[in-house]
Amino acid sequence: MSVGGGATIDPREVVAPVPKRRREWVTTVVEAWHLRRTKIGFVMFIALLAVALFGRFVAPYSPTEFVGPPFSLPTASYWLGTDFLGRDVLTRVLYGGLSVFVLGISATLIGMVLGVSLGLISGYARRWVDESIMRMLDVVLAFPSVVLAMLFVSILGPRLWLIVLMVGISHMPRIARVTRAATVELVARDFVKAAAAVGVPRRTILLFEVLPNISSPLLVEFGLRLTYSIIMIAALSFIGLGMQPPAADWGLMINENRIAIVVQPWAVVAPVILIGALTVSANLMADGLSRAMMGIDRDTALS
Amino acid sequence: MSDAKSDVVLSVEDLRIILDPSGIEIDDGVSFVIHQGEVLGLVGESASGKTTAATSLLAYQRRGAKIAGGCVGINGTDVLSASGSALRRIRGGLISYVPQDAAAALNPALRIGDQLMEILDAHSFGSSDAEREARLAQMMDEVLLPRDKVFLRRYPHQLSGGQQQRVTIAMAMANRPKVIVLDEPTTALDVTTQAHVLDTVRDLTRSYGVSALYVTHDLAVVACLADRIAIMYAGRLVEIGPMAELFTGAYHPYTRRLLAAIPDIHGKRALHGIPGYAPRPGRRVAGCAFTPRCDWRIEKCATDFPPDEAPDPKRRIRCWRWRDVRLGAGTRLSGEGTGPSFEDDRPCTTVDTTVVSVRDVTACYQRKEVLHGVSATLRRHRCLALVGESGSGKTTLARCIAGLHPFKIDGTIELNGKALARETPARTRAERQAIQYIFQSPYSSLNPRKTVRQLLAQPIGIFFKLDRDGTEERMVQVLGQVALDASLLNRYPEQLSGGERQRIAIARALAAEPAVLICDEVTSWLDVSVQAAIIELLVHLQTETGVSMLFVTHNLALIRSVAHEVAVMNEGRIVEHGLVDAVLDDPQVDYTRLLLADTPTLPAECRL
Repeated sequence: MSVGGGATIDPREVVAPVPKRRREWVTTVVEAWHLRRTKIGFVMFIALLAVALFGRFVAPYSPTEFVGPPFSLPTASYWLGTDFLGRDVLTRVLYGGLSVFVLGISATLIGMVLGVSLGLISGYARRWVDESIMRMLDVVLAFPSVVLAMLFVSILGPRLWLIVLMVGISHMPRIARVTRAATVELVARDFVKAAAAVGVPRRTILLFEVLPNISSPLLVEFGLRLTYSIIMIAALSFIGLGMQPPAADWGLMINENRIAIVVQPWAVVAPVILIGALTVSANLMADGLSRAMMGIDRDTALS
Repeated sequence: MSDAKSDVVLSVEDLRIILDPSGIEIDDGVSFVIHQGEVLGLVGESASGKTTAATSLLAYQRRGAKIAGGCVGINGTDVLSASGSALRRIRGGLISYVPQDAAAALNPALRIGDQLMEILDAHSFGSSDAEREARLAQMMDEVLLPRDKVFLRRYPHQLSGGQQQRVTIAMAMANRPKVIVLDEPTTALDVTTQAHVLDTVRDLTRSYGVSALYVTHDLAVVACLADRIAIMYAGRLVEIGPMAELFTGAYHPYTRRLLAAIPDIHGKRALHGIPGYAPRPGRRVAGCAFTPRCDWRIEKCATDFPPDEAPDPKRRIRCWRWRDVRLGAGTRLSGEGTGPSFEDDRPCTTVDTTVVSVRDVTACYQRKEVLHGVSATLRRHRCLALVGESGSGKTTLARCIAGLHPFKIDGTIELNGKALARETPARTRAERQAIQYIFQSPYSSLNPRKTVRQLLAQPIGIFFKLDRDGTEERMVQVLGQVALDASLLNRYPEQLSGGERQRIAIARALAAEPAVLICDEVTSWLDVSVQAAIIELLVHLQTETGVSMLFVTHNLALIRSVAHEVAVMNEGRIVEHGLVDAVLDDPQVDYTRLLLADTPTLPAECRL
């Protein structure tokens, strides 16, 4: 054994206990949770989600029921007053959140799937495939996202799936860019070459070698894009391209009731506050995650 | 030189550095002095706290570390108690720092001339701009760089690695400091450039009486430079003494093991790594931290830290058994790594059985031709070393053979007489299996999100049809081949040391049962002690499995211990080729002689 490596590792060191190691995104989430901003954001988000999901069960009226004269100020029987048709504002607020959540989250997911796929392919392929994908995305990026959505919605009519798809597509270029940047850096590492050298198929390399290594920036991106989705969906509802009357929707409510903002401000202010709170909460969580990922507030802990 | 107390320039007393929130010690009780014009080599493995100790001489600590006690004095000035503008005058004025990675240390957005002038301005050197410009020109002469305006107007990225390092040395020397701290300034450079930089440092210290602290993990590098050497282990100085005395008669077992790990360019001998690895801060034992790895350990070692003793006025030692070690007397656990010379018992067929043959290969990197008609053969059971500086095309050739070169290649590369396709996807599975590539950096070649089990399962899954138990059995077997325990299977790469990672990378290559193993600078990221262990392992593996090896390196000293044949490459061509002993003992080409002369190795008087 004098020449061999048999004696080179001390078995005592090998069996030494090793701290439990988590997946990267779990580490990021746990670290983000230590930040106050993440906790505040999370609590706000959960509270708003609860309102959106369960608010309808405690609503005093039906959202389409006429309960009093239009634009009545709050009274004991309708706490937030009535809207332009005399429906209860509180009821409509309690009903109107679900669409914002469902549409916002699904649009973000669509954007993530499209953007991450294109970013991975583009970052790994390089050369002309990379160039063509990125330039194509630049074209999408060149349209203001709301204008892009308006264009298609005005052609095909205000369909919900179309709105979700268009919001998702408008996210695609930015998500693809983030993914591509992270991928390019990883592809330069030797373990990707090592996998290619033994003949691992490209798809497997992208999904199992590269993707797990970029989960943290993607998680941050998801949080950020969720914020924008909510804003865009609310904005599209406001300009009349999203949810259609008589549906209860926070964005739509702002539009319907804005003419009387001086007379009955609550019909506008209540959904504005909720949309604002929702974007702030999503943003706080995204910010917490990105800080945790970059180690900005990390305790100077031992490796 | 060291007799008079008055010529002490820098004194460090009882320096103690801790991690800030946790209070874990990085360095403890570090004391030494440096005399006028003296070069002190501070040597230790990774995580021994040597860089932390070195930067604290400038009262600087990286984030998370804190100087908890001790005293650093330069010519009577207390550095650690200085702050604000006084500290700024000390840094760069009295004592300066040359970083490890010059490319990262220079500001990429500033021209060289402006960066150098910035140092002079910051310390209000001289009295006029003309005087400062004169000094700037003088500095460029001192570090042997051109002094003309065209050169000074360049940006750092327009300079070579050696030139960048010279610029940082010029910056450090700008205000004629008393002491410069050099933190492994040649680690990123190849041997020729390294030799030039070392020459520059030596000349500067000699001619201007500047003292230097040279931090490195490689004793061979300081052998040609340092007057005295301090050996650091786990945050404590364990031995300090004049260079020649330490090389010929070290008292500390650790110093002896470090010396045994240095490859010798002149004589053939087996390299001996040090078992285990240096403990990181927080994982250190009470008593002498080297105890678990020490052949000379006794019970007392694990519990009590040995006192600082002075065998003679010039030397200091911290070891309970230094008297025994000096005499080679008393009980020991096993033979020290200075034993028999390198006996090559690897199977060595005389029949000419070519495994890989490369004929007239010309390859481009992007559009530039980097290999010009290279031909070489690798025979069965043999190890061929490819040696050259960076940019000589040695890695390109290795990658062409492995099918990992994504640019234009002309000429033929054959495996067992059959021409290989240019890139791996076009090769057959058997061909991909036959040639396995081990990458330079084990920090980059292992996916950080995969456990050792997943890493090893990949080649086994692709090349062999094994069931669950069979795969598991095979994994344990290859881990055994690289001398690792099966308990590592569930670990992630970040939970392993550099040497262990490289072993995993080797195990992954072995799992494919290759005919040819291509090792691309596999030790260049590792400490010298770990390098020796990896070389030991590779030689052992070749003996056992009879795999043919292509060993790419820039370190000529290594190849005697591992290779049968050597091909010396320069600027994309093979300039000399032959048996290792023949080439190294009697080089035929000037370029080989130059490389040999530049390779740091043990001083002549302490060859084993």
